[in-house]
Amino acid sequence: MAKIKYIEFNGTEHEADVANGLSVMEGAIQNDIPGIDADCGGGMSCATCHVYIKDDEWFKKLPEKEMGEDDMLDQAFEPKSNSRLSCQLIVSEDLNGLTVHMPEKQV
Amino acid sequence: MIKTDVVIIGAGPTGLFCAHQLGIIGLKCEIVDNLDKIGGQCIELYPDKPIYDIPAVPKCTGEELTNNLIEQIKPFNFNFHLSDRVQELKNENNKWLVKTLNGKEFETPNIVIAGGVGSFEPRKFPTKSAEKYDGKSVLYSIKDKTIFKDKSVVIFGGGDSALDWAIELSNSSKVTLVHRRDEFRGAPVSVQKIKELSDNKTIDLITKYSIKDIKGNGSLESVEIKSETGESKVIKADYVLGFFGLIMQLGPITEWGLNLDKKTIPVNTENFETNKKGIFAIGDICTYPGKLKLILSGFHEGALAARGCFKYARPDEKYRFEFTTASSTIKDRLGVKE
Repeated sequence: MAKIKYIEFNGTEHEADVANGLSVMEGAIQNDIPGIDADCGGGMSCATCHVYIKDDEWFKKLPEKEMGEDDMLDQAFEPKSNSRLSCQLIVSEDLNGLTVHMPEKQV
Repeated sequence: MIKTDVVIIGAGPTGLFCAHQLGIIGLKCEIVDNLDKIGGQCIELYPDKPIYDIPAVPKCTGEELTNNLIEQIKPFNFNFHLSDRVQELKNENNKWLVKTLNGKEFETPNIVIAGGVGSFEPRKFPTKSAEKYDGKSVLYSIKDKTIFKDKSVVIFGGGDSALDWAIELSNSSKVTLVHRRDEFRGAPVSVQKIKELSDNKTIDLITKYSIKDIKGNGSLESVEIKSETGESKVIKADYVLGFFGLIMQLGPITEWGLNLDKKTIPVNTENFETNKKGIFAIGDICTYPGKLKLILSGFHEGALAARGCFKYARPDEKYRFEFTTASSTIKDRLGVKE
């Protein structure tokens, strides 16, 4: 279990306890947190679960991107170097305290 | 005006299998899809990715699944209307009048929405100023490449479309290619070619920049780009092209008075009818307690929706359940000789 903080583009904060093994994306969907669409359902094929990891320390601590994630991020809305696809961030105790920021929109 | 028993919106696996079930029970249908090919997400997003959870098929790719479904409905000779989109629905005397973007019209008692997560459309530039020039000098696909001759063209993107067009247009236009990072996801041979063209100054290659603004006075004049560290550059441009892949939009479906739950349509699980009589929703686009977004669920939903359609298409007949193994009527429909 990890406590994940989701911050919408307008600043609204949401906190959720997400079970180990779920993705950060699923944590948002299951808790009805707006700002993450996840059109493809976690298949790394749509770039609509895009988040920014604004804390550099956290960004470095996350598991590295697998092949294909950056390709998909090319197709996201306003990708930056601290962008991740939240469907690729699998929750474990290590992610306890992670904060993700949502982009202005997903599509 | 085409009269039919059912209009299916979406030619993905769910729509295709629903068409099969309609054919089996003796109904006609017309299938409309926004893409230029049959197969939906299977063909557009993951044609080469193996799928492992189609019952009785241990492993197949999106493309193989699509080809098999096309083969399976071949006996019924249903019409496909590709690169088209259902735009308008109107109810008259218990019939739905359906109009498409390309001006086709259908009259039908039943509509089956098998639209997945919506229709595929090109992702556009996030900048508001791009909208003014959309379709004129800001483009997301190319129909006639001759318009770019001797013009300044700024291309955004790092995939095959962006690279291929940058290479192609560099013969007759002044091309600038802008991409948000140093790596490209296009084919290695194209990436190599781009690097050569950049080294010999045939094209301008600018990486780690993205679009900031589009400027012009009536006609497009320049595009401003920005780096993440805050620098910006202005590039003269007659045309700006964006190739950021496809996104999925529900589009006109939201305007038909259907109940919506986020991006999905609630249905009853008896026949997958929506809150509108004669409009059914199946596959990823429908929702109900326990819904699984699996292809196999879409098949089940399509089979039941087809029986739901029968009631309105043949109000004076009683639907009779039959097995394909035993029914000679079904075998006739399939054109099977024994």
